[in-house]
Amino acid sequence: MTSIAPAPRRQLMAGSEAIVAAAVEAGCRFFAGYPMTPFTEVLEAFARRLPPVGGVCINAESEIEAVGMAWGALATGARAATGSTGQGLSLMMESFSEIARAELPLVVINMARGQYDYTQATRGGGHGDYRHLVLAPIDVDEAVDLVPLAFDLADRWRNPVQIYGDYLLAHTVQSVAVAPRAFPPLPAKDWAVDGSLGGTGRARNINSLGLVRDLKGIRPQELWTRLQAKWDRMAAEEIRFEAEHTADAELVVVAFGSLAKFARYVVRQLRAEGRAVGYFRPITLWPFPKVELGRAAGGCRRIAVLEQNAGQMVEDVLLSVLGRVETVSIGGISTDNSGFGVGDLLNADEVRRRIEGALP
Amino acid sequence: MTAADKRSLPVLDIAAPPSQAAHLVGDFRPELLRSSEHDLCPGCGEPVAMRLALEVVQELGCAQRAICSVGIGCYTNFTLTMDVDSVQCLHGRAPSVATGIKRMRPESLCFTLQGDGDMVNEGLQEVVHAAARGERITCIMLNNGVFGETGGHMTATTVLGQRTKSSLEGRDAGYHGHPILIADLLAPLGGAAYVARGSVYNAAAITATKRMLRHAFQAQLDGRGFSFVEILTMCPTGWFIPVEQGPQYLHEVLGAVHGVGVLRDGDQLRTTRELLAEPRKGSR
Repeated sequence: MTSIAPAPRRQLMAGSEAIVAAAVEAGCRFFAGYPMTPFTEVLEAFARRLPPVGGVCINAESEIEAVGMAWGALATGARAATGSTGQGLSLMMESFSEIARAELPLVVINMARGQYDYTQATRGGGHGDYRHLVLAPIDVDEAVDLVPLAFDLADRWRNPVQIYGDYLLAHTVQSVAVAPRAFPPLPAKDWAVDGSLGGTGRARNINSLGLVRDLKGIRPQELWTRLQAKWDRMAAEEIRFEAEHTADAELVVVAFGSLAKFARYVVRQLRAEGRAVGYFRPITLWPFPKVELGRAAGGCRRIAVLEQNAGQMVEDVLLSVLGRVETVSIGGISTDNSGFGVGDLLNADEVRRRIEGALP
Repeated sequence: MTAADKRSLPVLDIAAPPSQAAHLVGDFRPELLRSSEHDLCPGCGEPVAMRLALEVVQELGCAQRAICSVGIGCYTNFTLTMDVDSVQCLHGRAPSVATGIKRMRPESLCFTLQGDGDMVNEGLQEVVHAAARGERITCIMLNNGVFGETGGHMTATTVLGQRTKSSLEGRDAGYHGHPILIADLLAPLGGAAYVARGSVYNAAAITATKRMLRHAFQAQLDGRGFSFVEILTMCPTGWFIPVEQGPQYLHEVLGAVHGVGVLRDGDQLRTTRELLAEPRKGSR
């Protein structure tokens, strides 16, 4: 017997709308944010979509307050998110690093101004040793897959997860299907505060300092060591990437996010013309698929890194091949006068010109 | 046996000594405190204030629905022993965290525990916005006019003339600026239901402060809006004075600027200036 599930209804939606629809479908019930281009429509969509399902969206008075509110909502065990663009995320950095240490499952929706926040997203600007999973969808279709995954991974690892998008992703209108996704069962959130254990001698405490009930003082050594072991496991287990035509390629083009869609299109075009070109795209910017890229591009003559910034991801590519393969940057700063990261580089002809120029 | 001999008689029969030492002090800790031990300095006023908050939570029957958002300061230590669900926040950010908690768990009794450095220096806008929004939370600020945890540095509530490690000759208006009377800032805001300033410098003040906390929590439970209680606490270490002078210094130096009383209760508004103009009760 075969059962055919009804095909999920496809709808024309802008990227930000689709991402929010996917977040609400995934059970997100709290969002706090502060308007900022090109992220603003994410806040607008949450403000529209959360109240009808019993959720809360707060137009916070600052990004710092937005992330603090999400922190509180997460502490109650709710699925909660915040977001902004790179400038706003700069303000949230202190909280990001502490939330990672408090082990709260925050989802951050970053609609960056192009790709110049790669280093910010993957390294963070907060204090201390901490890591966030960073998922970079190539388009709206993939984004509606990665958003529910982000909430699942955040809960599974009790760690922040960031969706890295950009102006193009936020504003491209596409036909997408937002449908419920199935994931393996998650552990119960027995750490979440609801007040119920007050007066029982077992009240809960969520902290980022290494405070342990009934023990004096803070215990940073134990906390940080345990967390580092978790981040090592995440780095090993959560790598995601996409590769095409790398086996016999002489040149492998590495790109991520929106720009990767241009790179993939051009590489497929060149392949059809018989050129030995391959394509590699990290879907997780952290953990970066270092071993996988080293393996995929290990036999090629040159790696060309296409990114829309002065050269940030290229550092991760260099760490992946450790000098074994010549690596060149073929991207660069590219923006219009809005500063929102919509530049001449987002053009298939221009991308083709740069990839052809890098052929060995 | 003479009267003098009787007076010198031991209370216990030395021929049959007891198996253990007599308990001279009973266990008077509030039910919501797992241990009365703490690492704070002798003469600190914060444990008194903490005790009041926990007693009121218990007396209101809210022990099983209270959630405390704790800032960063000496009082952060209480999260280790208080038997109330708690979330440790970043310096200054507790009102926003409490907002997220309350919005997701409206049935809970949500309160913050912050110091003057935490709330008025680092997190001023957080508490102002939370009050203006009328969040159904209660913010408790322990005001000792110094950064106690770092060892006695000037905060935004340090009074003029007060000597700290970063205002060595005393706070000077021209050089260091003026203290902020946070309760006066919050009281007129649309979302504020109850705003008061108490003190723990003597028993009468402690009793009055406990009453303020009860009113503040009740305002939250009734859904009337944001409530705030500032509590003046001793910090002899941060003030560089002998422990026994702490209460008097608190009353005469800090209390002379941060006047004690209710600044907002429903539509009734009063300023600190008006409170200070009234004859002071309980003065020595």
